[in-house]
Amino acid sequence: MFTLTINGEKVTVPEGTSIMNAAKQLRIDIPHLCYLEGLEPEYHCRICGVEIEGEPRLAPSCVRAVSEGMKVHTNTARVRRARKMIVELLLVNHSADCPTCERNQTCELLKLAFELGVKKVRFEGEKPSYELDETSPAIIRDPNKCILCGRCVRVCHDVQTVSVIGFINRGLDIKVSTFMEKGLGNVECTNCGQCIQVCPVGAIKEKSAVDEVWAALANPKKHVVVQEAPAIRAALGEELGLPPGTLVAGKMHTALRRLGFDAVFDTNFSADLTIMEEANELVKRITEGSVLPQITSCCPGWIKFMEHFYPDLIPNVSTCKSPQQMFGSLAKTYYAQKAGIYPAKIVSVSVMPCTAKKFEAQRPEMTDSGFRDVDYVLTTRELARMIKEAGIDFAGLPDESASQLMGLYSGAGTIFGATGGVMEAALRTAYKLVTGKELERIDIEPVRGLDGIKTATVNVDSLEVKVAVAHGLGNARKILDEVRAGKSPYHFIEIMACPGGCVGGGGQPISFDLALRGIRGQVLYNEDRVLPYRRSHDNPSIKKVYQDYLKEPLGEKSHHLLHTKYTNRGRV
Amino acid sequence: MEKILTKNIDKPNSQDIEVYLADGGYKALEKVLTLKPEEVIDEVKKSRLVGRGGAAFPVGLKWSFTSKEDGEPKFIVCNADEGEPGTFKDRVILRNDPHLLLEAIIIGGYAIGTSHGYIYVRGEYYPEIEVLEKAIKQAKEKGYLGNNILRSGFSFNIQLYKGAGSYVCGEETALLESMEGNRGSPDCRPPFPAQSGFLGKPTAVNNVETLANIPAIIINGGNWYSKIGSPGSPGPKLFCLSGQVNKPGVYELPTGIPLRELIENYGGGVRGEFKAVLPGGVSSSLLTDLDVKLDYKSIAKAGSMLGSGAVIVINSDTSMIDVAKNTIDFFAHESCGKCSVCREGTRRAREIITRFANGGGRAEELDLLLELGEVMYDTACCGLGQVAMSATTSAIKLFRDEFEQKVRE
Repeated sequence: MFTLTINGEKVTVPEGTSIMNAAKQLRIDIPHLCYLEGLEPEYHCRICGVEIEGEPRLAPSCVRAVSEGMKVHTNTARVRRARKMIVELLLVNHSADCPTCERNQTCELLKLAFELGVKKVRFEGEKPSYELDETSPAIIRDPNKCILCGRCVRVCHDVQTVSVIGFINRGLDIKVSTFMEKGLGNVECTNCGQCIQVCPVGAIKEKSAVDEVWAALANPKKHVVVQEAPAIRAALGEELGLPPGTLVAGKMHTALRRLGFDAVFDTNFSADLTIMEEANELVKRITEGSVLPQITSCCPGWIKFMEHFYPDLIPNVSTCKSPQQMFGSLAKTYYAQKAGIYPAKIVSVSVMPCTAKKFEAQRPEMTDSGFRDVDYVLTTRELARMIKEAGIDFAGLPDESASQLMGLYSGAGTIFGATGGVMEAALRTAYKLVTGKELERIDIEPVRGLDGIKTATVNVDSLEVKVAVAHGLGNARKILDEVRAGKSPYHFIEIMACPGGCVGGGGQPISFDLALRGIRGQVLYNEDRVLPYRRSHDNPSIKKVYQDYLKEPLGEKSHHLLHTKYTNRGRV
Repeated sequence: MEKILTKNIDKPNSQDIEVYLADGGYKALEKVLTLKPEEVIDEVKKSRLVGRGGAAFPVGLKWSFTSKEDGEPKFIVCNADEGEPGTFKDRVILRNDPHLLLEAIIIGGYAIGTSHGYIYVRGEYYPEIEVLEKAIKQAKEKGYLGNNILRSGFSFNIQLYKGAGSYVCGEETALLESMEGNRGSPDCRPPFPAQSGFLGKPTAVNNVETLANIPAIIINGGNWYSKIGSPGSPGPKLFCLSGQVNKPGVYELPTGIPLRELIENYGGGVRGEFKAVLPGGVSSSLLTDLDVKLDYKSIAKAGSMLGSGAVIVINSDTSMIDVAKNTIDFFAHESCGKCSVCREGTRRAREIITRFANGGGRAEELDLLLELGEVMYDTACCGLGQVAMSATTSAIKLFRDEFEQKVRE
């Protein structure tokens, strides 16, 4: 332990603590832009400089470790002068179209400029005029807003181990780009969107479908249906004035009806459907002795990652489509039939916590209904903007349910949004399939929580089913390397690309705080506990879709509509 | 003064190992191999030799730190990425006396306890690279490099790394990043390379000229060396005299000689009327006092730095706005772009100075530049950003009237 003095106050912290973190203990927040908890400090921005007695220059407090007896000053005229000037320098090189920038409520540069009292930018000069990277169907990068803090590079490289963005060129020409400036759409980008979550400004954002959805809603010839992923109800409230941790399923359904959607369903329904197919697939693989471990396939970020980096594991990946795509193919077949609507009239919209879902929806094979199964994908943030634009007082809305046919869901469906949720939901049903009995201890605690990799053994009759859960692609790699080496002891593995699972998706309200993601996950576990059905196979609407339409899990119709195949995409 | 660093350079075939051996070459290494590593470091400490690359850090201390660190293996890296404008002293040694350098690196390796030596050489130094390659081969053939050197049980090898044209890679942490195959961007210190350097292992990084002092220190003793030149930073120094002088070139002289003596006795006097001097290259601040002594402390006291010893003389025909523009253009071009303050600061300073050069400056921008210079010194990560504004701000301070004449009406 070291004792040091910050602004005259003593504080004792463990060896290796940064000055910035030591200051936090004294309730001193040292301003910063490139530092972000959860990422290695890279000291690009230089804003967090502090005075240390006896040193000739300011020290970057994000990375400088404390030492015994150190005397630090965080609020001297010299420190404030440096911070302000650096913010001025960043502002003059920043395409500051703040009124129309979608990050103007969450921009760290804007907030800092205000908080530091930057009254005037004294520099004038050339602004950058780079072309936008619009090659990806999911994510747009605007280098003109980029302040080169490097957070996106670090999250892509260090956390996700995808490494498709990095710094290119030198000095004044430096920018964040992709290999040979091919653009995000032409490299191994998984579209996970964690780069958006860490960007302090508006340099990275989703490719918006808001205009297209408004146009469809306004078109009287179209019948617009909507589905919402489990994680939306755990986070949408944050964008609309409600505290984190608020379940907003009911208000969400109400708001969607008020926005003019013709039919409001729920992805949680198709999450239950995914479990029916995936649990049956698992039981089949185990009983028939075919390729194991089976790996989940709901996450399109993980799927594209696998297609680039682990294509040899395609046989291990469940052939089940994701809940979004299962819903999509049923919307224009099953629902069209039931409602008596010609499928070409149906516009299928999904609301997802995810940017990779935008990519998934436009994969060429996702047309099993005979049409584009999902037409438009909105992120949580985009839906929040539409609700605001429509002038809906979200917090004051009454609760409504989604329409029953494809909107009734079980607790198993809702926990899909948290890391470990798919595993838990699948085990609840797989147990029933194998033993004919219901799993008594329905809460499978070892697969819950925020540990990067979680493992458990579940006794299913005489068989000990070994399972593993990984969230964040860097964690996934560890598990996958074992599978590749033939050393994986597991029967079933859940992988989610984003830390925390879908509640931490690239389309969620901006935050990289893992603890907040945990709070969102808890919202879903709480909902699970109070729902009338907690197992996918108990959901009456699931029973009905098999009775009336699909016949049986893994059957011919299911095979056609609910299962898919993968592509070896190779490396760029 | 008897030449120490450049004693061999005018000999015919001075690059050849036979010529080097004929005049006591590799005798220092032979002596070192009979000593304990601590004894070698103590001798260097006694010499009070400080680094000649610019930072003037005591060499004995650096070696001592590196040798005492826990990590294995350790590395010694010779920084031969000479890129400071106006600096061309290391080149003289690299081109003409490569074995002096090799001998010194081997001694350094022995002292800090490593078998792994590297020379990171400026990529544009094509002839020097050839000379070094040949010298390494010869040293191996004669048993001064390789396994079990002179049957001492000590093994040591030297590998060449060629730079790729980036000035900032002369900064030691950027140099190590470059050696690892990463972008040439400096790292934050601490940790220093002595603690965590090449591949995260303890690494001593020494400049060419610095190392070239080592064999003489070993042969003649640290005490002998410490009596040469200025007591605070003793020894011979290679001064690169350039700019508006009659005889530009590299001069080996003891530290502490007055600037006037260097220019008049060796450089053949100023071409035209003396106006100012950059005593440590474009990274240093301008001085106007010809009587300043050329050693680290005296120059620092006068408000500048000796740096690598690139003495650039400026005469009265030269516009100080041009001096400022020239230097800030250079730093804006060479900034790695990592630190916001250096990247954006050099960009805006260049724009402002360019406006002044074109007669369109604003008076308040002069004070803005002075403030920018102080903030960059305070907050930039590496030496490049910290000193990028030195020449510009000193030009404004010393010759403000020249800038004010260019203020737009």
